[in-house]
This record gives sequence, structure tokens and C-alpha cells, in this order.
Amino acid sequence: MLEKSYKVIADTGIHARPATLLVQTAGKFDSEIQLEYKDKKVNLKSIMGVMSLGIGKDAEIKIIAEGSDEESAMKAIADLMEKEGLAE
Amino acid sequence: MATMIKGIAASSGISIAKAYRLVEPDLSFEKKTIENESEEIKRLHRALDEAKSQLQTIREHAEKNLGSDKAAIFDAHLLVLNDPELIQPIEEKIKTEKVNAEFALKETTDMFISIFEQMDNEYMRERAADIRDVRKRILAGLLNVTIPNPSTISEEVIVVAEDLTPSDTAQLNRTFVKGFTTDIGGRTSHSAIMARSLEIPAVVGTKTATKDIQNGDLLILDGLTGEVHINPSEELLETYRKKQQEYEAQLAEWAKLVNEPSVTKDGKQVELVANIGTPKDVEGALKNGAEGVGLFRTEFLYMDRDELPSEEFQFEAYKTVLEKMEGRPVVVRTLDIGGDKKLSYLPLPEELNPFLGFRAIRLCLERTDILRTQLRALLRASTYGNLKIMFPMIATLDEFRQAKAIFLEEKEKLAKEGIPTSDSIELGIMVEIPSTAVLADQFAKEVDFFSIGTNDLIQYTMAADRMNEQVSYLYQPYNPSILRLVKMVIDASHKEGKWTGMCGEMAGDETAIPLLLGLGLDEFSMSATSILKARSLISKLSQEEMNELAEKALNMRTVDEVIELVKKAVN
Repeated sequence: MLEKSYKVIADTGIHARPATLLVQTAGKFDSEIQLEYKDKKVNLKSIMGVMSLGIGKDAEIKIIAEGSDEESAMKAIADLMEKEGLAE
Repeated sequence: MATMIKGIAASSGISIAKAYRLVEPDLSFEKKTIENESEEIKRLHRALDEAKSQLQTIREHAEKNLGSDKAAIFDAHLLVLNDPELIQPIEEKIKTEKVNAEFALKETTDMFISIFEQMDNEYMRERAADIRDVRKRILAGLLNVTIPNPSTISEEVIVVAEDLTPSDTAQLNRTFVKGFTTDIGGRTSHSAIMARSLEIPAVVGTKTATKDIQNGDLLILDGLTGEVHINPSEELLETYRKKQQEYEAQLAEWAKLVNEPSVTKDGKQVELVANIGTPKDVEGALKNGAEGVGLFRTEFLYMDRDELPSEEFQFEAYKTVLEKMEGRPVVVRTLDIGGDKKLSYLPLPEELNPFLGFRAIRLCLERTDILRTQLRALLRASTYGNLKIMFPMIATLDEFRQAKAIFLEEKEKLAKEGIPTSDSIELGIMVEIPSTAVLADQFAKEVDFFSIGTNDLIQYTMAADRMNEQVSYLYQPYNPSILRLVKMVIDASHKEGKWTGMCGEMAGDETAIPLLLGLGLDEFSMSATSILKARSLISKLSQEEMNELAEKALNMRTVDEVIELVKKAVN
């Protein structure tokens, strides 16, 4: 199991396009990938789960991946966060 | 089945094409107990797959026609269709409760919709609408009915709908939509205005179009008489093809006037200008010989978006229009929202009488942030052309003074920031509330111009909701009472050396033009497609005779007497 914490830096938080991109990326991997925010965990492959958290700017979030391709999943997510200026 | 239905001719021209019904299908269903769960889950997945492939097609079309920004919304919808947190609970429900897929889908999505609706973030609340949208598509698949996808139309059609909303018309592919016909609406409803701006014929208010017309029926749409023929005979088609040619010949004749001034036969010159909604409309305005823009309805810049348009976005739009008009006057109306026009991201309280409620300048003087952004964008654009600004729905001088003060503050701020603005921007008001028309002599001392908005002025003067068909007989532009109000406004402006324009439907109306000329109107603002016809009409009239005509009309008793009078005088 791998996990990594982020701080959201995008002005709009994780809404709309950022949420779409994250879920699309997570969906490419077989591992179970979860997003934790304020003690709530949701499936990162679920757009409704991610949106239901209403994550805004400056939020502290954690990504947890577990499975055969957890390493590449974590890397893809980290790349996306950086490329889109979502979180650091 | 009817072979001909009649409605209101809302946009001229003749079209012959197949019908495309833009009608919401019936998605009602009953809760059922099922025997074979795995078969039911398969049925669910077939509907999901179908919905996915539809959405993919729509997405591709949106990407091509509207850009990737607009297409992104469909990515979100596609993800909802793939969402394990949504699909698994539905499957679970089918298995454990032995209910049909429709019911399981509804129960599960209802839960998510209520979670989103209860969130305190406006953006998240709107996501509930996305889920509803996706659910509709899955349900349609389960029930074997089709949801129309207007964005994917790929052959020439005439759109048949109950009514068309701004977002419906935004999705329509302009290349293929050759006309509209709707059950409800009148000459001033959104669908009618859109049709004129797209320069396609429209017949609205037919009451039964969606009932009488099936998908694929061949239609003749006569936007001149308001007739819609359904599956016409070859003979009738021939007649209409001829009519179509005659109409085009007439248009070609009018087109010769495109660079001519608008002058009566005895030499009185007036200005014929266009109503526009977006920078895209400028091309049509110029093509139709507009001498300026008399009404730029800025609402369209605010519609079909998720948030208020930025100063930069608005600046670009205003600058584009001013530049393309090359120094011709451009009258921009500040945001006129409320009434029948709503913005999804700007929730307004439900009102019993929205037309008498919190709208236009009333809203903008409360939400001054919105007005300030718009005025800043306008001020910055003002150096690119001949800009005039008018405020809608002014009822009192105080309202105008407040709006003007904000305008001057923003101008001052820009000056301090070193951003140039024009010093010759005229500030005017829309006259659409009777109190303002009656007090026009006082207003005229402070405003630079008037623009009479007849659609609202008539509805407020006659106390008749223009969306209510049962009182549509009270929409009487030529009623002597309206003519007297118009005269008061024009005379008041002239007394102070100011000018009066008109930007309602009336300004482009063949019966009204002789009267308005006679009343001394300076500027006539209308749908671009009406300009050349109006110019042709004006060139055949004499100012002196129209003065006499107007004088007589002001002293008539009923609207019918006025119409009779004009008919006799003009023919």
C-alpha cells in the first residue's frame, strides 16, 4: 500500500475538470485507489464520490493506492497534480 | 391528423425540410418485481452502454462545434456512467430487492441527487442536475425511447418543439436547422428572437405542432403567413417552391438598398440599426445594411455558462462589436436579467410576478459588483468605436443617477490606473415603464438619449403579461394610448436637443413605421433581417404625410381605427 499527502493549490479546488481528470486517471489502473479528506475516504474512481467531498483550495488530502500497479498509479496521479497545478 | 396548422409568423422566409422533434420523451415507469436478476442487470448494462455511446457522439460534436471547454461537461457525464459507486448500488438493489432496473436506478440516483442538493456550495448543487441528465439518458435506454440530441443533427431539418430555451438554441447546429415551429410563444419570445437572429423562418404559438407533427414528416414552413403544412402534396410543394423563389427575388431587390441611407421620399433621414445578441450577429447586421447597433442585448454573454463572465471576456466581446461596426453607433444595454430570463449560477428568489419584480437595473443596483464589472469592460472597450450605454427598466430618476454615479466612479478608477476610456460615451435609458414615459420631460434633462422598449412598455401599459396567451389580444402596439406615450417621450427628448430610438418589435413593424416616422422617431432598431424591408418602405413614404397620419392616429379611439387609418394612408 502506498500513500501520499497533498495540499490543494488550484483556485477552484477539486471540482469539474480537475475532478474529471483525477477520476479518469485513477480509472486506468487496477489498484484500489482512495482519496481521503477530513477523515472521509472515497473511491478515486468514482466521480460522484470525489465531487461529494467538495474539496476546496488549501485542503489537505491523501491518496492511498493498493494493488499490483500501485506504484505507477501513484506516479500518474502525482504527475497529473503537478501538470495541472492542482496540488503539491 | 391535421395537414396544416397555423401559428404566429415570427421570422420571415419559407423553408421546406423534414421535421426534427425536439420533445422530451415520456420517461414514466412503474416499480416491478422481477424474476431474473441477472437478466435485469444485463438490461441495465445495455442501457448504460447505449447512453455511453450517445454521450460520446454528443461529446465529439460539441468538441467540434463548441470547443473543448463545452465538451468537458460531457466527460463528467461519461464518468458518472462509469462510476462504480453508482452502478454497484443499483446492481445490489436489483439483486437483493428484486426490483426492475428503472426503479433501482431512480432510488439510487435520488440519494445522490439529494446529497448534492444539500451541499452548501452552489457549484456542487448544480452537479445534481448532471446526475439527473445522465439518469434521463439511462432511463430512455431502459424504456426504449429516444432522447433528442439536437447537437448531432446532420441533415437539413425544421425543428419542432413545445418551446425553445436559450440553451436549446445554443446547441442547434446552424448549418442544418432551416426553421422552427413551436407550440407556445409569440413574436417576442426567445425562440422568435433567435430565429430572426439566425435568419431562418419560424412559426410559433401553433398550440399543436408537437402533437400533429412526427419525426421525419416533410414540412413547409411559411414564416410570412404563419402556416405549417405537414406532408404536403406535390402540387402544394411546387407552389411553395415558386413562392420561395419569389421571396428570394424580393430579398435580392431589397439588397440593393444595403449601402443606401434611410430617407423618406421628401428627404427626411432616419437611422435604421440592428438588435444584436452576440458579436457573431454583427456580420448579419452589416450584411443587412444596419447603420449601427441600436440594442446589444448583453444577456447572451451571461447565458450558457457556469459563472459570471469576467471583465476580460466581456471586454473582448464589446471590443469586437465596436471594431467590426467601424465607428457606427453601438448602443449597449447593461444586463437585463430576471423576468423570463434566468441565469443558472445566479439564483433569484421565485417571484409571483417576475415581470414586476427584481430584474434588470433593480438587480444590478443591488448587485453592484455585476454592474461594475460590466461598466469597466465597456469603458475599456469604448476607445475602439462609438459606444453608447443604456440602462434597462429605469422607473425613477434616482435609479438612473445611481447607475450614472457608478459609471463615473469606474471611469475615474480606470483613469487612475492609466487605462484610456472615451470621453464621449452617451448614457441613456430604456423607456419601458410608463412612469418614465410620463416623466420623460424631466428625464430628458439628465439622460443623453431614450430608447423605447416597446415589448415591455406595452405589457406594462396594458397590464398584460406578454407570456400569457390568453391576454395576448392586449398586446396592441398601435393602441392610441401607446402612441401617445411614444410621442411624449420623443417630444421630450427633442425639446432638450436629445434623440429617441426604439428597440422593441414595433420599430420594425410595417404598420408601425409610418406612425413612428410621423411621431418623429430618430432611430429604429430592429432584427437585422427587417432593416432592408423597412428602408424600402420608408423611401416610399412622405414625412409630411406621415406627420398628418400620426396626428390623426393620436386622436383615434381604438386600435382597429388606427390600423384602418394606416392601411388607407399607406396603400
